[in-house]
Amino acid sequence: MAYSDKVLDHYENPRNVGALDKNDPNVGTGMVGAPACGDVMKLQIKVNEQGVIEDAKFKTYGCGSAIASSSLLTEWVRGKTLEEATSIKNTEIAAELALPPVKIHCSVLAEDAIKAAIADYQAKAAARKNKPANAA
Amino acid sequence: MKQPIYLDYSATTPVDPRVAEKMWRYLTPDGDFGNPASRSHVFGWRAEEAVEEARANVAALIGADPKEIVWTSGATEADNLALKGVAHFYGKKGRHLVTCKTEHKAVLDTCRQLEREGFEVTYLDPEPSGLVDLAKLEAAMRPDTTLVSLMHVNNEIGVIQDIAAVGAMVRARGALFHSDAAQSAGKAPIDVNRMNVDLLSLSAHKIYGPKGIGALYVRRKPRVRLEAQMHGGGHERGMRSGTLPTHQCVGMGEAFRVARAEMAAENERLRALRDRLYHGLRDMPEVYVNGDLEQRVAGNLNVSFNFVEGESLIMALRDIAVSSGSACTSASLEPSYVLRALGRNDELAHSSIRFTIGRFTTPQEIDYTVRLVREKVAKLRAMSPLWEMYQEGVDLSKVQWAGH
Amino acid sequence: MPVYLDHNATTPMDPQVLEAMLPYLGEHFGNPSSVHRFGRAARAAVERARAQVAELVQAHPSQVIFTSGGTEANNLAIKGAAALCAPGLIAVGATEHPSVAEAAGALRRQGWRVATIPVDTQGRIGPEVIEATLRQRPALVCAMLANNETGVIQDIARLAEAARASGAILHTDAVQAAGKIEVNFTDSGAQSMSLSAHKINGPKGAGALIVEKSVEIEPLLHGGGQEKNRRSGTENVAGIVGFGAAAAAARARLAVYGARMSALRARLESGLDTIGGIEVFAAGAPRLPNTVCFAAAGVDGEALVLHLDKAGVAVSSGAACASGTAEPSPVLTAMGVAAELARGALRASLGAGNTEEDIDIFIRALAAQLPRLRGFARAASA
Repeated sequence: MAYSDKVLDHYENPRNVGALDKNDPNVGTGMVGAPACGDVMKLQIKVNEQGVIEDAKFKTYGCGSAIASSSLLTEWVRGKTLEEATSIKNTEIAAELALPPVKIHCSVLAEDAIKAAIADYQAKAAARKNKPANAA
Repeated sequence: MKQPIYLDYSATTPVDPRVAEKMWRYLTPDGDFGNPASRSHVFGWRAEEAVEEARANVAALIGADPKEIVWTSGATEADNLALKGVAHFYGKKGRHLVTCKTEHKAVLDTCRQLEREGFEVTYLDPEPSGLVDLAKLEAAMRPDTTLVSLMHVNNEIGVIQDIAAVGAMVRARGALFHSDAAQSAGKAPIDVNRMNVDLLSLSAHKIYGPKGIGALYVRRKPRVRLEAQMHGGGHERGMRSGTLPTHQCVGMGEAFRVARAEMAAENERLRALRDRLYHGLRDMPEVYVNGDLEQRVAGNLNVSFNFVEGESLIMALRDIAVSSGSACTSASLEPSYVLRALGRNDELAHSSIRFTIGRFTTPQEIDYTVRLVREKVAKLRAMSPLWEMYQEGVDLSKVQWAGH
Repeated sequence: MPVYLDHNATTPMDPQVLEAMLPYLGEHFGNPSSVHRFGRAARAAVERARAQVAELVQAHPSQVIFTSGGTEANNLAIKGAAALCAPGLIAVGATEHPSVAEAAGALRRQGWRVATIPVDTQGRIGPEVIEATLRQRPALVCAMLANNETGVIQDIARLAEAARASGAILHTDAVQAAGKIEVNFTDSGAQSMSLSAHKINGPKGAGALIVEKSVEIEPLLHGGGQEKNRRSGTENVAGIVGFGAAAAAARARLAVYGARMSALRARLESGLDTIGGIEVFAAGAPRLPNTVCFAAAGVDGEALVLHLDKAGVAVSSGAACASGTAEPSPVLTAMGVAAELARGALRASLGAGNTEEDIDIFIRALAAQLPRLRGFARAASA
């Protein structure tokens, strides 16, 4: 399978590999995929007071396109508001990386991952709001 | 050292220069370009002579009579001819076949086709070693079983089935025995008579011959009958019509002659290289050899690097040409069905690399491969959420995955 | 080196075809299904060849299924299409190659009936004949584009139009026609067409079936799913590359080839005229420019070709596959040629490498051998 230069670049030099503290209330973690399908993506975002993603990290088990999709996504979401990040579409990722049809699912997985991370962060934030007294 | 390094000899092999040399005469305009079926002139006779000499060389490697060799376009055609040919011819005697889940697609897909035609097929599970248990095979036999098809050497994991034992049992039960020997000819000794094989599929391009040529051994005593799958002209005693590609037959003959002469010495050399590779990787954590290591052809090492996805590893190993399974399925996203049949879990089935070493592999190439694999596996594991969880002590089999 | 006038049996490879193939027997040895560089280089070569083969017959590359040769292509077309229809009638031209006739015959086992489409004395299928055949509602019709023994060219476009109108699938064997005359798959109206590399100065062991998209084909070979699941088995990369190169070369030289072959054959036929007592078959029909089939009454064709071989000329007494049998050619029999005359039939098929001198050598040898064999025949019958 021929990979695009952009996939190769992200694969060779993945951006933002690593982990954030998943217990940090400002960190949202999304883990999607399954080993049975050949890819598991873990995406983490750190959100500041203004609701802007100030850091993003990923770890991915999967093919080169899956790694490139998650790497690209961490680059894109940094500096974005949660709302902006939610609106990222898998088709944009696929287009940017010139993914072949058999690899489109990698971009879908990346979109799922950021949505899951945001949902996790929002769930944490909501839980905090519901119990402000205890937290103080 | 020339790169990329080729370690995919089970997918295909380069033509040995000695083989190419021999083929040359049948390719040039001033050489022997005749149609071997032309009976009326010297061009045809010379071509036929070359084809018959090649047939004798193919027969010699497997202990057969040249008259028992039917040329085909490759092992896939040989498998199709053996299975459909026997099933159709003996269809009135019985309509049951037995095979194994780890067979090559050419056997499995042909069996599926026969099922669509109303035949019944039992697909045996192999043992975790990759080999079929003889007792389980015997238990699967029925009075209406006409054919058992079990490969000699598996293309992905290289394990060698004891086909002599299978042959004896199948013969005693009155069925016919076919074996796909595409991966074993020239690598493991074959004697069709000692092994009681009735039909044997062979390929040239897996053993330094050209692509597009293979053969089916069809026993004459006791005579095995089959229905031709390609009609017209009645070549190959009516079993397979079509103009014989003289240069290809000659190439296969020469490849088999060389293999017969050099197999013992070559196997020793390949085994040393394979062991060198294995010893270079075995101390890494979470590395598993797939299939029995002892009962295996010399040039094959199939390993799973747990928590690393195979395709990404192959991409990381771009300086080395390896595969994550058989060439036929490596373009798909499915994990190896062979490893799944062995009972490997998802992660391990997705994490396998097949290294196959061959005639032109050097110790330097192996050493380079070891270095590169260690480096890239470490890099990918640092990137792998599964590796992270494993190190945190999470039991991955208990995780509820959000599959998609 | 003897004079070779048996190009319808097989042809020598063009040196430039061999040159194109060599890298694929050497450094570019990959399996096209492999994803690594070796595999990708092989895949790219196969796809280039596919485009070249498609261009030879004005087809789309996606319509090309590579096979091990013309025989497999014919078997695939017939059995592959039949497997997906309810058993019915298959109509086969009376002069078809054995790989068509016998593949059709093999369908009987599945309950098919086989009808033979008669040809006229010129080897052609006439308009009334095809109409009569189609009234029997065949599901499949097989008519070859050009005959291997006589060179007779059928009006495939007309046959295909009629077949389509009656809902039948028309398969045409173009093994002998492609590269010798202009062949246009799309315009021919045929739903499938067989090709072979070694008849057009390419390698043996490579061929193709061209199939229209609307026609579904059950594969003959099951396995790895190559050729979009229509023909499994590791591709014969060098052979396919050679086929592509031969197709490109044949296309490029087509006009020149046609003119040269016609001129050489005219020389040959005027030589036959001079010898006298010789009948050229299908002389009134459109024929391939390189083929002439003829007979001298009272002469055994088999004996004649063997004497000619000794005299240094290679011709054939019929199709290569059938040669060696004592039966008169079924092709000539179908054209109404008397068995005795048909037994004396000889086929000379010319190729790009032949010269006027080759023709003259042949005519001299024939002129020298014929009286001896005629005398022998007379003596034997006396």
